[in-house]
Amino acid sequence: MAATYVLKHSATTLAAFLFLSFVSSAASHIEDQAEQFFRSGHTNNWAVLVCTSRFWFNYRHVANTLSVYRSVKRLGIPDSHIVLMLADDMACNPRNPKPATVFSHKNMELNVYGDDVEVDYRSYEVTVENFLRVLTGRIPPSTPRSKRLLSDDRSNILIYMTGHGGNGFLKFQDSEEITNIELADAFEQMWQKRRYNELLFIIDTCQGASMYERFYSPNIMALASSQVGEDSLSHQPDPAIGVHLMDRYTFYVLEFLEEINPASQTNMNDLFQVCPKSLCVSTPGHRTDLFKRDPKNVLITDFFGSVRKVEITTETMSLQQDSEIMESSYKEDQMDEELMEPLKYAEQLPVAQIIHQSSIIAVEVCSWETTARAVCFSLWSSPGHRQSEWEMHDWQGGQDSRSLPRSPSQLAMSDLRDDC
Amino acid sequence: MAAAGAAATDIEVVRGKRAALFFAAVAIVLGLPLWWKTTETYRAPLPYSQISGLNALQLRLMVPVTVVFTRDSVPLDDQGKLPFTVVHEREIPLKYKMKIKCRFQKTYRRALDHEEEALSLGSVQEAEAVLAQPKEQAAGSLTLYVISEHSPLLPQDIMSYIGPERTAVVRGIMHREAFNIIGHRIIQVAQAMSLTEDVLAAALADHLPEDKWSSDKRRPLKSSLGYEITFSLLNPDPKSHDVRWDIEGAVQRYVQPFLNALSAAGNFSVDSQILYYAMLGVNPRFDPLSSSYYLAMPSLPHVINPVESRLGSSAASLYPVLNFLLYVPELAHSPLYIRDRDGAPVATNAFHSPRWGGIMVYNVDPKAYNGSERPVRVQVDMVRVMEVFLAQLRLLFGIAHPQVPPKCLLSGPKSEGLMTWELDRLLWARSVENLATATTTLTSLAQLLGKISNIVIKDDVASEVYRAVAAVQKAAEELASGHLSSAFTASQEAVTCSERAFFDPSLLHLLYFPDDQKFAIYIPLFLPMAVPILLSLVKIFLEMRKSWKKPEKID
Repeated sequence: MAATYVLKHSATTLAAFLFLSFVSSAASHIEDQAEQFFRSGHTNNWAVLVCTSRFWFNYRHVANTLSVYRSVKRLGIPDSHIVLMLADDMACNPRNPKPATVFSHKNMELNVYGDDVEVDYRSYEVTVENFLRVLTGRIPPSTPRSKRLLSDDRSNILIYMTGHGGNGFLKFQDSEEITNIELADAFEQMWQKRRYNELLFIIDTCQGASMYERFYSPNIMALASSQVGEDSLSHQPDPAIGVHLMDRYTFYVLEFLEEINPASQTNMNDLFQVCPKSLCVSTPGHRTDLFKRDPKNVLITDFFGSVRKVEITTETMSLQQDSEIMESSYKEDQMDEELMEPLKYAEQLPVAQIIHQSSIIAVEVCSWETTARAVCFSLWSSPGHRQSEWEMHDWQGGQDSRSLPRSPSQLAMSDLRDDC
Repeated sequence: MAAAGAAATDIEVVRGKRAALFFAAVAIVLGLPLWWKTTETYRAPLPYSQISGLNALQLRLMVPVTVVFTRDSVPLDDQGKLPFTVVHEREIPLKYKMKIKCRFQKTYRRALDHEEEALSLGSVQEAEAVLAQPKEQAAGSLTLYVISEHSPLLPQDIMSYIGPERTAVVRGIMHREAFNIIGHRIIQVAQAMSLTEDVLAAALADHLPEDKWSSDKRRPLKSSLGYEITFSLLNPDPKSHDVRWDIEGAVQRYVQPFLNALSAAGNFSVDSQILYYAMLGVNPRFDPLSSSYYLAMPSLPHVINPVESRLGSSAASLYPVLNFLLYVPELAHSPLYIRDRDGAPVATNAFHSPRWGGIMVYNVDPKAYNGSERPVRVQVDMVRVMEVFLAQLRLLFGIAHPQVPPKCLLSGPKSEGLMTWELDRLLWARSVENLATATTTLTSLAQLLGKISNIVIKDDVASEVYRAVAAVQKAAEELASGHLSSAFTASQEAVTCSERAFFDPSLLHLLYFPDDQKFAIYIPLFLPMAVPILLSLVKIFLEMRKSWKKPEKID
């Protein structure tokens, strides 16, 4: 009796154990598949960053776009995959007291213009037609490669637009507008030709949410800085430069992005929380119904960064050496050697390094690389300025005593500029 | 007098009525259609029905196989049945809207005298050298020789042999069902040399939705008319290393023959450059055990992006660019090894990224540091480097190892590095891919025109669309009749024409006019003209009604 009882007991425990292991392996298999499903499946990243306003008092729009450009480059998207459209040149503007710089924070803590900005569409080239041509790919054949959006069906594209806007439109260059229906149709044309895998659309203007209302193509996620009927406001003025430096929404987005590195696992839900109404005064909005995946599975680096898939090369081809030819080439090289004098390396100017970590590090500058800076220097700077640019910068706070720190509540509404 | 005056005003009134009616008639009959016609967007006629028919296209890929039987390979009565033709058709099970069928048309015949002689030579390589005539064999076709079961041509337990040109050798069998068994073996060998399911799945990887995540490994370059190959030497430390490489000679000796063999697949252009002070962007770690530096596998993806901006590949050309980088690590980080996932150093010291290119790390021989003078003269061993780069080039193009059937001997590689039937496999895959792309483009264009109403189609765009549709149909016909090279050319033309039609700059849809703006434009033009006409028509109608009622009243 006891033996049969023990036997039965062990049989049931064995069965239970087998069942549990089977269930767990099945669960892990399903989990693997589910995890695969949540991944994005893209192989390259593109970014289209557009600033649509001109004139000196719209400095903040250029600063917005350049700070997003900087974050995107720092997180890994190369210049060849970024289409940067700036409608006006603030760095070399005659009214800029600090030429060749565009600051994003008062006290001039962060120069977002940097050393290697590559602007693809500048000044009057930023028009609605050119923007739509870039998106849909219907570009005249003479356009250089850097001005094209050569995305394919495995590209994740980030589109950032800023400027003055209204209910259903965005103003370009103070002379024309793009409506939300045109934008939606442009995205549909991109989708029909499979020019994107997933698209993230961010807009920082007044009534920005109206611009994404009309989208109907799949795989688009949209964020806006304000709802319909609300104004999107600027952050803070800088008395030394004399204009408002950044918009609130993009300022807080930039702060958020400064903490992201190429390997971080932060997801989109965190980006949706950036800039609540208490800080932003407007209510940021987002739209995810067209997007297939759940935003909590979408990594920030899926759109803002660019990580390549890499494989180790394990095979080689076997080639035959042509020993005779190699010997003769050696002899030729030796003869050249005797004739030439030994090379000496002159003291080089230090070359610009790539900014990896946080923005507040010292930058070594080589001015002959950036002709914009050279031109700005020759035209606008005083000798005092020149000297300060050549030395290593200490970014830890400026010496300007005129700029007093002010909290958002202390700023009156009349101090703020809006993007309408 | 009053009557005459009244009659005169009557005539005037009648004339006035007639004039008003004429105005209205002209406005409605002539004006309205004219306005409609002149303000509609111009759309040249397109073959919509043919485009929608392309979706249901059935692709039949035919591989003509010639099977040659030697004297003792099959039983005598089977030999008497020769020559005849057998067709083996199979549908490729891909979840793609276009059905693809693979058809092997086997023509059986007896061996000719010179073939019998060649097949009785000592080794299979010698036989191959005599038999194979690459120029006579059309692209895509195969020739299989069936030798006797106990022939010494092949090694003892090898059943088949695949040669570098489009020939193969298979053992025969003396059995009642000889033809069936041999037919099965022939199909296996022929499939390995031409079309298997994974070749087509890799070609259509971008069009199959389910394979999005698992096809990471199989991601060859997209089909294009031409390719640009750039070799770059990165020297971050010129103070310590004076690196020289004979790239021109190496390209001429090793790369150019390979590219010449691939020339049917596209135009290739090669250039090279040397970059100084170009860092990798990732700091290598030091391993005290081997006193060397290493780059771990997870950090490899971050290497490429900082370097890519320096390569200048965007200025090179509009064709896709393949970059091959040779990195000579700086003295402070020498020697530098790449480690794979398990932590073992990689033999080739190289890695590649699909659709981008490859990077190889070249460590300077420590013996060269013996002299005290800096910079140290480094002469790069181009053979070692080119072996890796060419292998990476093959992988990037998707020329993978075939699925050889069991007990099959694969011949050694040719001097160019590419076997002729590997090129054929590439062309099959590319033709299918081109046709898929062209069909998708044409159907998307048709759908777009239906959805967005203000896109203009000019006549030259329409002619491109017609050409593209004709090219797709021609390519499908050529594939079905087994002419691979003309099918490939037709498929390339289909892709170019359809892309040109879709991306024509004139197709940019006219800027959208919301309804209230349309009213705002037309009202000032048409209202002043329409109001008097309408009012006079109303007046005429009311008077006519009064005159109908009047006769009743009198009576």
